[in-house]
Amino acid sequence: MFSRAYRAAITIPPLAWVVLFLLTPYVLMFCFSFWSVSPDQNIVHQWNLGNYGELATKSVYRETLFRSMWIAARVTFFALLLGYPLAFYLSFRAGNRKDLFYQLVIIPLWVSYLVRAYAWKTILGSDGVLNTLLQYVHVTRHPLEFLLYSPFAVVLTLTHIYTPFAFLPIYAALEHIPRNLVEASHDLGASPAQTFWRVILPLSIPGVLAGATFAFVLSLGDFLAPLLLGGPSGIMISNIVVSLFGAAYNWPLGAAISLCMLGLVVSLLFLAERLEKKWSFS
Amino acid sequence: MAMLGTRPQSRWLSLHTLFVFGFLYLPILVLIVYSFNGQGVGGFPPRNLTLDWYRTLFADGPIWDSMLNSLLVAFTAMLISLALGIPAALALDRAHFPGKVLFRRLVLLPLILPGIITGLSLLMLFRQAEMKLSLVTIVLGHGTALISVATTEVFAGLQKLDRAQEEASLDLGANYWQTFWRITIPNLKLSIIGAALLIFTLSMDEIAVSFFLIGRENTLPLEIWGRLRRGITPEINAISTIIFLFSLIAIVLWYRLRTRNEASPEIAPELVESTLQGT
Repeated sequence: MFSRAYRAAITIPPLAWVVLFLLTPYVLMFCFSFWSVSPDQNIVHQWNLGNYGELATKSVYRETLFRSMWIAARVTFFALLLGYPLAFYLSFRAGNRKDLFYQLVIIPLWVSYLVRAYAWKTILGSDGVLNTLLQYVHVTRHPLEFLLYSPFAVVLTLTHIYTPFAFLPIYAALEHIPRNLVEASHDLGASPAQTFWRVILPLSIPGVLAGATFAFVLSLGDFLAPLLLGGPSGIMISNIVVSLFGAAYNWPLGAAISLCMLGLVVSLLFLAERLEKKWSFS
Repeated sequence: MAMLGTRPQSRWLSLHTLFVFGFLYLPILVLIVYSFNGQGVGGFPPRNLTLDWYRTLFADGPIWDSMLNSLLVAFTAMLISLALGIPAALALDRAHFPGKVLFRRLVLLPLILPGIITGLSLLMLFRQAEMKLSLVTIVLGHGTALISVATTEVFAGLQKLDRAQEEASLDLGANYWQTFWRITIPNLKLSIIGAALLIFTLSMDEIAVSFFLIGRENTLPLEIWGRLRRGITPEINAISTIIFLFSLIAIVLWYRLRTRNEASPEIAPELVESTLQGT
């Protein structure tokens, strides 16, 4: 029913914009990663594999990447640990308060990242709220120094930020489970635990995969929480990229790291998609 | 699901839920309380409750300049992402063209990609184009990244649109342009307002992409960021409290629109299905 001209009119403008502002920048990132910087700080447009060689040989990049992945893995684990039972409660137990609870979960999701990271900084600092509270009630005599400027602070803050991201797809998956399947399981004599492990959990796996992907990918690339709360031991891979694009001025090397991250993220998305298809029963 | 029973597991589950909500909201609560604290951002219990920090805030020129910049950026970025996101959703719904799957994946990628990658790749584009960094580059960055939100929201609205109305309009002699403005857009009104609200809020709060595209003039989050590195006062709690309240209003409004729209109130299904599945 739609004419050629109509379809062209709705397709060409967004397509052109996406090619210019999304595709071209990624291609440029690819190009930059094969260039280099001359001693007088100009970008040399000579194709070479030097940056990737440096990434492969210098252990600092590998170690930081592994540390970032380890932080992201912990964030994912805690986000699922908090998010799954919450989603389960909302979907199966909350009754008519479901709507209210749902809003309560998504509000922090859209509330400023910066506001929340800052809140944790004021809580965890050596004269922050938590330390002064602990001294006030005489649990500790001196401030606990490990709270702020540590990987712990980064994991805690990122878990706070990404738990709602993990919650959403799990909740959606639980909501889509036909309720008569659950009832049938009961009628056939399964205990609530058996029903959970054999019916509900397997059917919610696609949501868990999507939630885990969100939490892992977004926390892996984070650089603001480590800058604000991480200290030297909480540095993540994106912080190296930031310094390479700033004071250290080596855009090509920074582009090479970014491209590796992009590759990692895209392959994770593909993997999650495949696994999800395998697990969805319809 | 009463038949799942009220057993001990059930009590644990309620406790867990309470704990998670506490975890999600306690920091925000602390933030708000300490915006009234005369003694600074730390220190338990809060003492000398005062409105001084709000007075300092209202007299703080640079904060309000950056707020104005942010409003300007958010409004323009909203227009750009809607102007491109609405046709993009229509194209995904009703056009077939080579590279459609790739197009869809590309549009939605900024939703799931860490902001640093979107920000840096655009930085390289602007450098190659010899564009000076300014609020304009931030607008282009936000506008581009948030097309994803406009597209998913409008696409969800289109799924419920009755095409018979458009067909009838065309049969009765209206041209495509008239049909678009008189039938398609009014039917998508709620989705579009919802998308606009969401995009505006997200742009106001955005920091990871702006971080790389900033010129001489700051947006509000970057102004705050700059101050955080120099040392913190409850004035930052005060501005954060105000930001929180405005985000809260916008989100609740958006949610109401969503439910009125008879859409499933979950943002997750479309968002997840469309980011993870390219069909």
